[in-house]
Amino acid sequence: METISSILYYYSQNAAYVWVEFYRHFLMSAYGVLFAAIVAIPVGIFIARYNKLSTWVISLANIIQTIPALAMLAVLMLVMGLGTNTVVFSLFLYSLLPIIKNTYTGIRNVDHALLESGKAMGMTKFQVLWMVELPLAMSVIMAGLRTALVITIGIATIGTFIGAGGLGDIILRGTNVTDGTPIILAGAIPTALMAVIADVVMGWLERNLSPIKKRKGSLKKNIAERAA
Amino acid sequence: MLKFDHVSKVYKGGKRAVHDLNLEIAKGEFICIIGPSGCGKTTTMKMINRLIEPTEGAISINGVDIMKSDPVTLRREIGYVIQQIGLFPHMTIQENISLVLKLLKVPENKRRARARELLSLVDMTPDYLELYPHELSGGQQQRIGVLRALAADQPLILMDEPFGALDPITRESLQEEFKKLQRKLEKTIVFVTHDMDEALKLADRIVIMKDGQIVQCDTPDEILRNPANEFVEEFIGKDRLVQARPNIQTVEQIMSPNPITITGDRSLSEAIQLMKQHRVDSLLVVDEMKILQGVIDVEIIDQKRKKASLVRDVVEAEVFTVDKETLVRDTVRKILKMGMKYVPVVDDKHRLVGIVTRASLVDIVYDSIWGVDELTKIG
Ligand SMILES: Nc1ncnc2c1ncn2[C@@H]1O[C@H](COP(=O)(O)OP(=O)(O)OP(=O)(O)O)[C@@H](O)[C@H]1O
Ligand SMILES: [Mg+2]
Repeated sequence: METISSILYYYSQNAAYVWVEFYRHFLMSAYGVLFAAIVAIPVGIFIARYNKLSTWVISLANIIQTIPALAMLAVLMLVMGLGTNTVVFSLFLYSLLPIIKNTYTGIRNVDHALLESGKAMGMTKFQVLWMVELPLAMSVIMAGLRTALVITIGIATIGTFIGAGGLGDIILRGTNVTDGTPIILAGAIPTALMAVIADVVMGWLERNLSPIKKRKGSLKKNIAERAA
Repeated sequence: MLKFDHVSKVYKGGKRAVHDLNLEIAKGEFICIIGPSGCGKTTTMKMINRLIEPTEGAISINGVDIMKSDPVTLRREIGYVIQQIGLFPHMTIQENISLVLKLLKVPENKRRARARELLSLVDMTPDYLELYPHELSGGQQQRIGVLRALAADQPLILMDEPFGALDPITRESLQEEFKKLQRKLEKTIVFVTHDMDEALKLADRIVIMKDGQIVQCDTPDEILRNPANEFVEEFIGKDRLVQARPNIQTVEQIMSPNPITITGDRSLSEAIQLMKQHRVDSLLVVDEMKILQGVIDVEIIDQKRKKASLVRDVVEAEVFTVDKETLVRDTVRKILKMGMKYVPVVDDKHRLVGIVTRASLVDIVYDSIWGVDELTKIG
């Protein structure tokens, strides 16, 4: 009980600060995923075309994924120095695997008959990609972005160690004072909340982009009624 | 308009799917390609729009080698219904039907109108335009698949088992609908199937394939009448051959081979004796070479027996005859309509070889009405 009131007290005193860090945290994660998407989606499409490359590329992304976040930050810091850019870059690296993998899977899973159907109707290779493969793979690709975003929101908390700010800043402060539990929680709770919200929103997007549209069944019923 | 010239296809790995195929298809013709699974039907079809490129030989459309035209342009000019229907699940029926038009950059409102018009061809209401494929039944989806190939009004349409996944009843009604459509729209159609009934019903010519080669290519009648070999016979099936009999038999096969005859130098009393003996009312008159001279019947003998004594003096030379090679189908109606009791059958030298009586026609008509019915009941 006491902890909760302490947390609330902390928020009331530091509302502006928490908000700024929250926003900053979100932006770092979002940029990391965005840049990763710009690279990873084309790569995923590419390796779906040239299947032989896929094992190589996916293994590479897998290796990146296994590097501990602190180690990664430390190494990148040596090259890129302190600051936000380094954090965004490491988030970018962590986002690559889920996005590449899902893009690859999404595209490979498009029914071969549909590709042939498109080709037979006279679509160019680009049109097949744009009008058939991407729309049909979109929800799987979105699932990749969703995973990536949730991962990066978690990892971004350690950005504070190299001076990038974010909600990790609050947590770090909490660890540095005696009886800092309420402060640690004041940083941790919004992080978790952000991850959950991101997950829910992206999940909603994913469902909406699914190629098989679910509707309320009103249209079909209309027809049935009219036919009867 | 479409010509295969010594076309072969060898897949990677050495599988020879099509071997030295020669075929010429005329404009407006409905060709069915039929054969057991894996005989190369789909391969043959896909080579026409370059989804698969031939290893050897050349295919030309209206005299132009397809390898010389741009594959994308070529495909937009050929309607194609793939074996697996292949409607795009993320597009509405309207978008699916008018996709080729979209590729051809036809404006939106025209595309919409065309989709609507096509839908009415298969008796579906415009309500369906905004639905997605998964909201349609299998039969409706196949119809849309066919419409999609008609959308840009291409003169040549390739169809790979378009009615494959349907129950017999829906299938039958779609076949009917489609045959009507084809006549109306005057398209050249290459239609792959492995259902012989479908081929017999729809095709102008049937191409029977086996192991990548053409075994026989003929009209349905011709194939039923003269199957090229045992494979074709087996493929058509005994039932169908029996069913087809009434229509495709020659007169020779159904005539009675030993009509009662008399030569011209016999006397009328001998003729009467003969009639009485065989309980017939007329005799066919032939000479020593068995060449038909005419006919006498009991009425003529009765009228003229005072003035004449020999058969040749009273013979009625005007007789309707049929050649033994003519089809029963072509003869039956004629005989029945002219009200003749019998028709003599002659060979090419006008020699009498047999006779068709009304009684033998009754057998045929009976077979073709009840015989077939019984077979369908069993099958
Ligand atoms: N891409 C391919 N690579 C190698 N072999 C193939 C390929 N496609 C087809 N074949 C082989 O070529 C032969 C002919 O195949 P095709 O698809 O033309 O048969 P089909 O007559 O259409 O059969 P079905 O009635 O089952 O559709 C088959 O033996 C098949 O295994
Ligand atoms: Mg096939």
